Amino acid sequence: MAFEFGKKQSLETMKLMLTSRRFEEKVNEMFMQGLIHGTTHLGIGQEALHAGVSPALDKDDWILPNHRGHGHCIAKGSTPYDIMAELMAIRDGVCKGMGGSMHIIDTRYKNMGSSGIVGSAIPMAVGMALQMKREGRKNVVCTMFGDAASNRGTFHEALNMASIWKVPSLFLCENNLYGMSVPAKYSVSVEDIAVRATSYNMESRVIDGNDVELVYSTVKEITDSMRMNPRPFLLEAKTYRWLGHSKSDRREYRTKEEEAEWKERCPISMFKDKMIDRGFITEKAFEKMKADVEAEIDAATEACKGKERVSLNEAFDYVYSS
Amino acid sequence: MAEITFLQAINEAMSEEMRANKNVVLIGEDIGIYGGCFGASRGMLEEFGTDQMLETPISEEGFMDLAMGASMIGMRPIVEIMFGDFSTLVSDGLINHAAKYKFMTGGQVEVPLVFRAPFGSGTGAAAQHSQSLETMFTNTPGLKIVYPATPYDAKGLLKSAIRDNGPVLFFENKLLYRAKGEVPEGDYTIEIGKADIKREGTDVSIITYSRMLPVCLEAAEQLAAEGISAEVVDLRSLKPLDTETIIKSVMKTSRALVVHEAPKFGGFAGEVVAAIMESEAFYHLDAPVARLGGKEMPVPYNPDIEKQIVPVIDDVKETVRKLVNNGGVKV
Repeated sequence: MAFEFGKKQSLETMKLMLTSRRFEEKVNEMFMQGLIHGTTHLGIGQEALHAGVSPALDKDDWILPNHRGHGHCIAKGSTPYDIMAELMAIRDGVCKGMGGSMHIIDTRYKNMGSSGIVGSAIPMAVGMALQMKREGRKNVVCTMFGDAASNRGTFHEALNMASIWKVPSLFLCENNLYGMSVPAKYSVSVEDIAVRATSYNMESRVIDGNDVELVYSTVKEITDSMRMNPRPFLLEAKTYRWLGHSKSDRREYRTKEEEAEWKERCPISMFKDKMIDRGFITEKAFEKMKADVEAEIDAATEACKGKERVSLNEAFDYVYSS
Repeated sequence: MAEITFLQAINEAMSEEMRANKNVVLIGEDIGIYGGCFGASRGMLEEFGTDQMLETPISEEGFMDLAMGASMIGMRPIVEIMFGDFSTLVSDGLINHAAKYKFMTGGQVEVPLVFRAPFGSGTGAAAQHSQSLETMFTNTPGLKIVYPATPYDAKGLLKSAIRDNGPVLFFENKLLYRAKGEVPEGDYTIEIGKADIKREGTDVSIITYSRMLPVCLEAAEQLAAEGISAEVVDLRSLKPLDTETIIKSVMKTSRALVVHEAPKFGGFAGEVVAAIMESEAFYHLDAPVARLGGKEMPVPYNPDIEKQIVPVIDDVKETVRKLVNNGGVKV
């Protein structure tokens, strides 16, 4: 029988998914209003991965999400305020406003976050897993990246090294079918990126990345096993990003029909239906949770306004070490 | 004091630091039984084993990023690249990652990583195994860069680099590997960012680093016989640059020549010249500041041409003679 969350975990998971969704909607609104500058890559539609991966890990396991990673950062422990403050470039931001959307890193929660260079964090994760193995820890490192990053040389070099040195590194490919505008069907030589593991003598699996219980139980099963017997694993989760690659994207490279099909497979709606069936939530309670999350994110956003930013002089302190 | 080679000095520095700290790990190609492409780690595998000697596949970008990741959670990697020319392959790890993670995270992480790369021509290895690529990295804030010329400086600076909590690029020159010099046994360090006056003089300051140091010292010796007193400043570190020592020396001598092996155009000498021109030393100059660097071509296999594309003793002497004649400028 397929794995199912109990009531408490279902409610927590739903709250995480709604927080991820609402956070991204809020960021999008703020961009439209010119309240956030720069760029951002929103993860709406991929909430089952956000809420399914980090909660399945040990708190001392590291994650390295990619540039579309706000939801993962929240799931690992950062608050919406921590991240919104970073996007608003104020001192309270997780990276003191020095990193921004593409570089959310929060070491308090073992989140070594995102390089803006697609695919470059994959070997970094292998290095971290190697160091933890040297120290005799039973922890794993999970790095998240997209279908397009699997075309980087760093992906292939990293998988090879992880395999020969048997490090506990979970490579999580979030296959959302597009690398910016280019379909994976065109740019990736295989249908399932998971098969690329075969070249590196590595286990792999393909799962539905929109099924939060499946994501959670798969990550839990694999990482539990990796702790006992250190080795890498390539997990491919099929999913879809509802919005464009970044804020300037008009999505002319895909059809409205395709987008509608994937919205039918909304990870939040699918899990909500299951929760209602199981008697874990009512329509009314769901709406209440949604409203509470919205209020929480609005409050976090309001709290960022007018806050102090790091000065030029202080920024120099972060350039060199001694 | 014992005389050892530049290579032995590097071996000693790495070995002493690895003995003192198990988290100092040497990472690179053929560093194990083979002892490294040029022998810098010869004999070290026996003592340190595979835990501290990570011999890698040919995956330069991958193992640089790997080292970078590990360095943020406790490892202090020394990454050896076989030839400095392959710096192009690891530049993403250094420029986009190691140099920036402390900054981008608002100080949450440190990147205590050393990158060792052998540069330089003169070995007949042709265009892709002979370059001096230091200026690929000098314009990236966040990277410290050292480039020693003697075994004594190499050992002291490498130990400082390994103990530094940020990324340090440690550049070596292959033709200096066999050069011998006095090196004290045991622990000592040299501060990164301090130049060293290798020869005192009063008529001209020759400012140089790495393989051009012995060339400039020999030229200074020969010029002394002509009655010209040349001061030779060894930069040792390119970043931070010891502008104070440069300026002081030029104010004393009133003339300056900057010499390096890398191509002159866009070379590091331009930065040294600017440091002089932007300072009060400018008002002390008796002649335009001069530069000598490599010729504007890839390093050829043809050994006759290979010898002619880098500055030699006669080039230094001739340029200095012009400078003491006020650079040909009528005053």
